[in-house]
Amino acid sequence: MSKLKIRVDQDKCQGHARCKSLAPELFELDEYGNAHEVGDGTVPAGLEDKAWLAQTNCPEIAIEVTEE
Amino acid sequence: MSDSPSASYLPEHPPVTDWVHDFDHTDPVWTDDPFPIWETLRAASPVVHTERFLGCYMPTTYQAVKEIAYDTEHFSSRRVIVRDVRPEISARAPPITSDPPEHKPAKQVLLPPFTPDAMKRLEPRVRAICNELIDEFIADGHCDAAARYTKHIPVRAIAHMLGIPEKDGDLFIKWIHQILELGIKNEEELMNGVREMTGYFMAHLEQRKLEPGDDLISQLLRAKGPGGQPLTDEHVLGSLRLLLIAGIDTTWSAIGSSLWHLARTPADRERLTAEPALIPTAIEEFLRAYSPVTMAREVMKETTISGCPVKAGNMVLLSFPAANRDPAMFPDADKVVIDRKENRHAAFGLGIHRCVGSNLARMEMQVAIEEWLKRIPDFRLDPAGKVTWSEGTVRGPRQLPVLFGKNA
Repeated sequence: MSKLKIRVDQDKCQGHARCKSLAPELFELDEYGNAHEVGDGTVPAGLEDKAWLAQTNCPEIAIEVTEE
Repeated sequence: MSDSPSASYLPEHPPVTDWVHDFDHTDPVWTDDPFPIWETLRAASPVVHTERFLGCYMPTTYQAVKEIAYDTEHFSSRRVIVRDVRPEISARAPPITSDPPEHKPAKQVLLPPFTPDAMKRLEPRVRAICNELIDEFIADGHCDAAARYTKHIPVRAIAHMLGIPEKDGDLFIKWIHQILELGIKNEEELMNGVREMTGYFMAHLEQRKLEPGDDLISQLLRAKGPGGQPLTDEHVLGSLRLLLIAGIDTTWSAIGSSLWHLARTPADRERLTAEPALIPTAIEEFLRAYSPVTMAREVMKETTISGCPVKAGNMVLLSFPAANRDPAMFPDADKVVIDRKENRHAAFGLGIHRCVGSNLARMEMQVAIEEWLKRIPDFRLDPAGKVTWSEGTVRGPRQLPVLFGKNA
């Protein structure tokens, strides 16, 4: 099975924080509440659904999910 | 508040007969049930226009709303309410009324106090506020949930954040009514509200300068603006104005609409009572389906939105609520699906003006619904009462009579 990788586009993120709420294991927020992927963005096995859930709920379409 | 007519009282709006060419978001028909109107407008064009309000466009699709929200070159935020008049701009409320490049530094000052982590620290107080309010009416078996519950939660939460007595909340409610509802058509009411509010906060500012604390007013006084200089008093006052105007009847409305929906929908009520873990997902759906906040922009330069020309000098009614009902974006857009999985709703705006208080609003909504359902799982609209809705920029129930307990 292919691995997923996530990335938050810093130019698009406006800090809605939906990703942090839906997938707290995969995203962290800075002091302004803007989101970043945890680590290098590799999605641990078992959290794939949460990655897609975060992606499909971001109002700014700021989250990229790629399959490696 | 004065009931007597004054020179600044503007003429009543004639009833709308042609929504597509003459829309009016203050018409009683719109106030009562805007959803079929938006459907009509959307079917006609992605952007419609009215001669009212000295000329105003309204984008009707999610796509058109998004194009405008992202376009700060052609659309200014310097006026954020569509009104009958366009007086000289005096009372600014940065960052909501700011455009780039002033916007970003003004917003960054306000963001840290409103992160999800900061809201977690406030949450126990909000939970206690909800229960104190419920204690006051639960034995009665009935209440006006708007007047007794939803109205007070955001007021007290913000007062708590600002380090102001929670009982002063009644003053806040009065000013907001003057500014957001009466002020659309009555300049004098609006100016009275702004003047009283400014005087009240100025006194608190002076007091915090003498005795700084951990509250939000003290934090703003300590904050550094662009260039490392402290913010001016005018800037701090403007931001406080914003927090009050934007933070109170918006969330009051959002909690009220959620309770209104649950009062009329036993299946959703029962499911959320049985599965409280679903409440955050349901809150997102209530935010989509009953988005309270409509924003505004002013067209600065001629451009094209979704193929429609828009001309400078007009206002724009930036209806995030209508965008959130667009079936091209949301399947079953007119149904409330409390476990909707994909929900890119724009209730808190899109682009740089994303609501600075969105984390606060979500926390308040979640806690308010959780605590209500814990203590009042079974309730319904009072058939002998009347639900009324606010007029204008922020939509939510202002009277919400419900029955519960022995009357359920």
